[in-house]
Amino acid sequence: MVLSIAELHRSKVGRRSFWWLLFLLPLLPLAYIAEAAYSLDLGADPAQTIVTFFGIWTLRFLFLTLAVTPCRRLFGWGWLQRYRRMFGLYTLFYACLHLLSFATFILGWRADLIARELSERPYIIVGFIAWLGLVALGITSTRGWVRRLGRHWQQLHYLVYPIALLAMLHFAWLIRAGFGEVLGYALVLLVLLGHRVVYWLKRRSRVQHA
Amino acid sequence: MLIKKPSDIRSSEITPESVYRRRRELLKAMLAGGALMAAGPARALERYELPDEAKRYPGPEWLQEKLRAASKGEVIEGEDLTPYRHVTGHNNFYEFGLAKEDPKAKAQGLKTDPWKVEVSGECSKPGSYNLEDLLKPHELEERIYRLRCVEAWSMVIPWVGVPLNKLISRLEPTGNAKFVEFTTLHDPSQMPGQKSFFSTLNWPYSEGLRMDEAMHPLTLMAVGVYGDALPPQNGAPFRLVVPWKYGFKSIKSIVSIRFTEQMPRATWNETAPSEYGFYANVNPQVDHPRWSQATERRLPSSLFNPNQIDTRMFNGYADQVAHLYQGMDLRKWY
Repeated sequence: MVLSIAELHRSKVGRRSFWWLLFLLPLLPLAYIAEAAYSLDLGADPAQTIVTFFGIWTLRFLFLTLAVTPCRRLFGWGWLQRYRRMFGLYTLFYACLHLLSFATFILGWRADLIARELSERPYIIVGFIAWLGLVALGITSTRGWVRRLGRHWQQLHYLVYPIALLAMLHFAWLIRAGFGEVLGYALVLLVLLGHRVVYWLKRRSRVQHA
Repeated sequence: MLIKKPSDIRSSEITPESVYRRRRELLKAMLAGGALMAAGPARALERYELPDEAKRYPGPEWLQEKLRAASKGEVIEGEDLTPYRHVTGHNNFYEFGLAKEDPKAKAQGLKTDPWKVEVSGECSKPGSYNLEDLLKPHELEERIYRLRCVEAWSMVIPWVGVPLNKLISRLEPTGNAKFVEFTTLHDPSQMPGQKSFFSTLNWPYSEGLRMDEAMHPLTLMAVGVYGDALPPQNGAPFRLVVPWKYGFKSIKSIVSIRFTEQMPRATWNETAPSEYGFYANVNPQVDHPRWSQATERRLPSSLFNPNQIDTRMFNGYADQVAHLYQGMDLRKWY
């Protein structure tokens, strides 16, 4: 399977069709929730359902983006690298839907409510900062910006780590009585970030011994 | 040989055989009588029209009988009832799981009849009561109340029950009784949420009221909703409803009532004291530390209309209950 995907990428048609596949697949959650909303199948509290749904998918796409590098290193999936930007932009896409649905369906764009949420609720503030970070990364994700920023581009995009931690905190702060689900997501993030720490430590000791 | 103690025999089990054999005819006759009584001064509770697919919960026979005799509650002006499927399909009952759909999905096996209620503490009529006997002398009445969840959503629900003050008077609390403590059934074999390793709540769930709150005429012990028995997910067979407090105070599936001199433990208050107070009165001016309590989503909301409305002091019951808290700093005693 892995081999065949790598082989697929040797031909232009293969690359093209795989790109389309990975471009369309992340739209499935949106299609699913849109269909459920259309058929009035979102339960008694559709606002809460939709906001939570987009929030969870933001986190999942963020983790997918963060999984690209470990997968490349551990499984040799070099072809995955070319989709990292798309996964990152989908993270931003779902984060925007999350924020927009919160502002529309929960706050109804009432200025007094928005002002209060943004000034008084730590978990909203943390989530909003994470979203601002994602916007910055999204804007600078184009080829032009990569060129313009040069070596600073990578430094700027290390912001994805604090963003992931803030997003996790935003999620964890909503717990009322059960921490099972949040714990599951936190463990995944721990693996994704832990891999980088281990990799960095190993490389440092190699450099020192050389 | 098993000899039942008299207190174990429910009065409904002592039916003369001749009556038992004619039960269907008698029921029909009683129904006809009920219909006649409906024309009288207290309006009888008519059967709610529900969609065909709605699952009804008739309850045990003795309760059906009482429900048929219940009187109708006043409609709240300008506020529609929350549809039956949302009342019975969207709730917090952490004994059955954390998601709003969990109670309906996982509570259906709960055995709610016969049901024992242990009465203890500072009162002269302690004992283990069958729910049927505990309710026997009381007439049921419908009460249509707003229910405001601490999570900032709300519903309007037609409960059927007995005012708690009537029950309490019969149990004759002593002068030392300053509070009433309620406890929910603790049975992990029936309540899967009580087995959860990830829960921060201590079981059994318990709640309490100050004596004057418990004696307030608005405070209800519900046994039914929408004209039928309570579904298990709504706290069958016997639950508290305190309409001016956040929903978590209205403890479900109660097995113990204890009169105490000290303020009893309350589960959410114990779990997160900075977020959930003992009083938990609905108060738009005192926010939950993590979210605003100034507004609420009246369910069902739709995407085109979130139904975001301003939360009212004491959930709109200030005229009736504000005097209970006169002189208290409600920011401190949230």
